[in-house]
Amino acid sequence: MTADVTTERVDDGPADHAARVMPQLDTVSHAAVSPDDEQPYAELGLRADEYARIREILGRRPTTAELAMYSVMWSEHCSYKSSKVHLRRFADLPESDALLVGMGENAGVVDVGEGWAVTFKVESHNHPSYVEPYQGAATGVGGIVRDILTMGARPVAVMDSLRFGRADAPDTARVLPGVVAGVGGYGNCLGLPNIGGELLFDDCYAGNPLVNALCVGVLRHEDLQLAKAEGTGNKVVLFGARTGGDGIGGVSVLASETFDAEGPAKRPAVQVGDPFTEKLLIEACLEIFAAGLVTGIQDLGGAGISCATSELAAAGSGGMAIDLDAVPLRDSTLTPAEILMSESQERMCAIVEPGKVADFLAVCRKWDVLATVIGEVTDGDRLTIDWHGERIVDVPPRTVALEGPRYERPMARPADLDALQADAPPSSSADLRADWLAVVSSPDGADKTWVTEQYDRYVRGNTVLAQPEDAGVVRIDESSNLGIALSLDGNARYARLDPYTGAQLNLAEAYRNVAVSGARPLAVTNCLNFGSPEEPEVMWQFAEAVRGLADGCRELGLPVTGGNVSLYNQTGDVAINPTPVIGVLGVHADVRRRVPTGWRADGETVLLLGETRPEFGGSAWAAVVHAHLGGLPPRLDLAAERALGELLVGLAADGGVSSAHDLADGGLAQALTESSLRYGVGARLTVDGDPTAALFGESVARVVVTTSDPAAVRAAAEAAGVPVTELGTTGGDALVLDGLLELPLAELREAWTATLPALFGSPEVAVGTVPAGTVPTS
Amino acid sequence: MRIGVITFPGSLDDVDAARAVRLAGGEPVALWHADDDLSGVDAVVLPGGFSYGDYLRAGAIAARAPLMRSVVDRAHAGLPVLGICNGFQVLCEAGLLPGALTRNSHLHFRNRDQGLAVERADTAWTTSFTQGQQIVVPVKNGEGRYVAADADLDRLEGEGRVVVRYVGGNPNGSSRDIAGVTSADGRVVGLMPHPEHAVEDLTGPSEDGLGFFTSVLTAVVAA
Amino acid sequence: MHHRPADQCGVGPSRRAGTLVGVSQVVVDVVLKPEISDPQGQAVLGALGRLGHTGVRSVRQGKHFVLEVDGDPDEAELREIAETLLANPVIEDVELHLPTD
Repeated sequence: MTADVTTERVDDGPADHAARVMPQLDTVSHAAVSPDDEQPYAELGLRADEYARIREILGRRPTTAELAMYSVMWSEHCSYKSSKVHLRRFADLPESDALLVGMGENAGVVDVGEGWAVTFKVESHNHPSYVEPYQGAATGVGGIVRDILTMGARPVAVMDSLRFGRADAPDTARVLPGVVAGVGGYGNCLGLPNIGGELLFDDCYAGNPLVNALCVGVLRHEDLQLAKAEGTGNKVVLFGARTGGDGIGGVSVLASETFDAEGPAKRPAVQVGDPFTEKLLIEACLEIFAAGLVTGIQDLGGAGISCATSELAAAGSGGMAIDLDAVPLRDSTLTPAEILMSESQERMCAIVEPGKVADFLAVCRKWDVLATVIGEVTDGDRLTIDWHGERIVDVPPRTVALEGPRYERPMARPADLDALQADAPPSSSADLRADWLAVVSSPDGADKTWVTEQYDRYVRGNTVLAQPEDAGVVRIDESSNLGIALSLDGNARYARLDPYTGAQLNLAEAYRNVAVSGARPLAVTNCLNFGSPEEPEVMWQFAEAVRGLADGCRELGLPVTGGNVSLYNQTGDVAINPTPVIGVLGVHADVRRRVPTGWRADGETVLLLGETRPEFGGSAWAAVVHAHLGGLPPRLDLAAERALGELLVGLAADGGVSSAHDLADGGLAQALTESSLRYGVGARLTVDGDPTAALFGESVARVVVTTSDPAAVRAAAEAAGVPVTELGTTGGDALVLDGLLELPLAELREAWTATLPALFGSPEVAVGTVPAGTVPTS
Repeated sequence: MRIGVITFPGSLDDVDAARAVRLAGGEPVALWHADDDLSGVDAVVLPGGFSYGDYLRAGAIAARAPLMRSVVDRAHAGLPVLGICNGFQVLCEAGLLPGALTRNSHLHFRNRDQGLAVERADTAWTTSFTQGQQIVVPVKNGEGRYVAADADLDRLEGEGRVVVRYVGGNPNGSSRDIAGVTSADGRVVGLMPHPEHAVEDLTGPSEDGLGFFTSVLTAVVAA
Repeated sequence: MHHRPADQCGVGPSRRAGTLVGVSQVVVDVVLKPEISDPQGQAVLGALGRLGHTGVRSVRQGKHFVLEVDGDPDEAELREIAETLLANPVIEDVELHLPTD
C-alpha cells in the first residue's frame, strides 16, 4: 500500500526513544480512488473470492478498517460459514410452545412456568485454552456469562465440559490445572455456582483440549432483552472495560487454525479476563434492565466492536453511525482497525433513548463501570464509522453480520469407518473384580473432587444438586420452589464409531440425567466440537451429527435453543474424535422433590430399570481394559428413554424412590460405585445373566434406583412399560455381588479417589481430610 | 432486630447472608459501602465474596471504605459484627481482629463441607451453640489461611479467642486449625466458613449455620 | 477510579521516569515477613528444582509497586502509603525506593 508516512517523536526524552511511524489513514474516500492498492486479505483469513465479493458489495475496495471488520465477521467462528447449511435442520424442528427465543439470538430462552423464563447456552473456548490455559478458560466463562446477561437475565449458574489428552501426558499437566483454575477463578469471583460438567481424557485431544462452558440465567418474561438497534437518534453506548490489544484476530486467526506439531504458528494476544469488572457489569446491567433504560443490548465477544455494531444494526432498522474516537482505550497506540478487531473482555453495547442516557450513565457510575456514548442509530441502512473526523467504514451491516459466506463443503464418509465398525470389541471379562477397579479408577471414571472442589457450588444459596450428581439442580423461586435441572454430556467414542447415532446417544444421556433428578426435560443446547471442515471426512461427521441431533430432538419433542460450533480442532492430519456435547434443560415443578444419586439408608431395595444387552462398542471397559475402540455404539432407543423419563418424573413427584442414578460410561459397575461411595452405604446384590454385559455393558435407557417401597415402583414401571430387575438390598460396608465379587467400600474408595490427586498433585494440609460427601458424626 | 449486611463492589454472599438473617427471625437491612451511616442497625454482617476483586490484598480496599469507619467506631462501642470469609479478611485489615488471612497453603481455591468445633459458645454470634459442639458448614476460599506471629497465636489461644476450629481436616493450612476468632469483648467475630450456606437442608450440608444468626438476636436483646 | 479520555494523537504509553518534568517515580517492594510461610515461593522453588536449577536455595514471592508522583516525593507521605495501604504490616515488610537524583 503506498502511503505517505509521517514520523512523530513521542516526547522530548532521551534519544533512544523510538520514533513512531504513523501511516496515512485509509479512509473511504481514499479507498474509492485507490482501487489497485494491495490488501492483506489472505493474512486476515479471507479467500480471494470472499475479498472479491466484498469489493462487489461496496462498489470499491474496502478500507483497512472495513477489511478488518469483514475478516473477523466472516471468519468461521463468527459466520458459521461451514456449518450454517447443516444447522438449518434445527430451525426446521417443530415449533415448541416453550420456546420464547430461538436460535440466532445470543442465547435461547424458554418458558419454565409461573412467569419465569430461563436462558442457557454452552460455548467453546478451545484454541485459546491450549495457548493460555488459565485465561483461555476464564474468558470462555466470561464470554458465555455475558451472552446470558445480554438476554436480560441474571446469570445463576455455570457448568464446564473439559477434555484433555491422556491424563499422564506432560502437556496435560501443563493445560489441565490452568484450565480448572481459570474456570474456577472466573466463575467463583463472579459469584456463580458451578453445578456440574464433565472431565474426560483421550489422546485425540492432546494438541486440542476442549473447554466448553455453559451458563444459565433466570428472568421474568417481561424482562427479555434483544440485540437490535432501533429508533433513529437512539444512542449507542459502549460500557464495561477499556479496549486494548487483547485477542486481536482471535476469531479470524486462532479459532481457524490447526496447530502444527510445534504448536500454534501465530500467537495473537490472548484475551485476559477481569471477573471483578464483569461482576460490576452484571449488577449494573440488572439495575439498568429493571429501570427500563435500554431498547436493545449486545455483549462484545468474538470480533468485539465489529460484531456488536454490525449485529445490532443488522437486526434493527439498519442504520448506525459510530465515532470510534469515543471508544475508551487502554492502549492509545491502537489503530482503528485494531480497535475494531479487539476482543478485550467485559464490554457490552446498549441502545439507549436520548432521554434515558443520563440515568443509564448514573447507574454505571454507581457501580464504577465506564460508559461512553460512541454513536447513534440513524435513518437508512448503512453502518458508518468515523475516526479523527474521517469516514473509515461505510458498509451495509447485514452484509457484515448476516450475509457472510455460506459454504457447502465436500463430505466423505471416513475411509476407515467400515473397518472400525467391523472390529467388534471383546465381550468377556477375564477378571471381573480387577476390571471393575480398573474402570472406576481410570482417569475418566475416577472421582473428580480434585477438580470440583476448586469451584464454589454454594454461592447464591439456591444450589440443590451439584457434582457428582447426574444433573445440576437450581431453585429459581424460593416461595414456589420452582427449579431447573441441567446436564451436559458428550461421549466422543460413540460419535467416532457412528456420528449420527453418537449425537443422539449423547442427547439421550443428557435427557436421562435430567429426568433422573426428577425434572421434566424441556430444551436443548449443544456445543459441536470437530476437526477441520476442510477435511471431507470431518465435514461428513459434522453433518451426520447434526442430522442425528435434529432427528433425536424431533423424536423427543425438544427444541434446540441455540449452541455453538467449534471447528478446526485438529493437529496436523489428526482431527479430534467428533465431540458433540449436548446440554439438556429440565424443569422441577417442586425442587424439593428432586432425587439424588447416592444411597443413604440401609435396608432399601435396589432396582435396575431398563434392559441390558451385551453392548461394548465404544465402552469405557473396552477402552480401559483392552485399549479398544471399535464396533458399533449401543443401540439407541428413544422410545424407551421417553418412557423411562416419564416414569422417573412421576416417581420423583410421588416420593417413590430415595435415589436414582443413570447408567452410562462404565455401565453398572460405575453407577454402583458412585452411588455406594457417596455416603458410604454398601449393598448385597445378585446380578443374573452374563456378568460382563451386566457390569460393563453400556445399553441405553437404564437407571439404578433405591426404594423402601419396591412394589409401588414395580407397579409404576410396569404401567410405563419399563423393565424392572431387582438387584438386592442396601447395607453394609461392601458391595457384594453374590457369586461374582466382593468389594469393600474402603478399597473401592481408595481406588476411585486416588487417581486425579496422584496425577495432578494435592498436598493435603492435615491428616484425616474429610472425603467429599461424607458427613462427619458429631 | 435489624441486622445490616454491607455490600461492597464484588461482594457475593450478601444475598445469602440476608436470607440467613431472615430465616433466623431477624430483619436484614441492605447497606451500601458508600452509605454515610449504618442506618441504626443492631448488628452488622460483612459477607463473603471478592470485594474489589481481592485486588491488593483480599479485603484491603473494602476495609478502607467510608462506611467501615462507622463500623469500627460502633464496634468499639459494642456493636456485634460478624465477618464471613471476605468479611473476616476485611475485619483483620480494619484492625478489629488480630492476624491476617493469606493464600491457602496448597494454592488452590477449595470448597468443602467442613467439620468445625465451636470453642466459644458465649460470643455475640455463638450463644446458640454449646461449648465443644461439632457442626458441618461449607468453606470456600482461596485465601483462607489464618496466620499470625507465634507469640500472637499463643496469646490468642491463651485468652480463649479462638471461636471455631477445623476438625476432621484443615482445608487451607490455617495456623493451629483456626477457623474463626473473636475480639476481646466477644462482640466482633471473624469466620472463614460460611454459615449462611448451611441454613436449609435443601441447599446446604446441614442447618448448623443458622445458630450464628439466631445467637445475635439474643445478644442484641441482651445488650 | 479516574477515567482519563483516550489519547487521540498516538502519544505512546512508554515513558521513563525523569523524562517528564515534575514527575518522580517511587518504587515500593512488599514482601512477607520472614516468619510467615510462603507457599507460592515454595511452589516456585519446587518448579525450579524440577527444571534443573538446583542451585537456587529459596524463593520468596512479593509485590512490586511503581508509583508516579507529582513533583518531589514527600517521603513521609509515601512511607505512610507504603506501610498502611500497600503492605499489611501484620504479615508484610516494606522497602521504599525513592529516586536517587
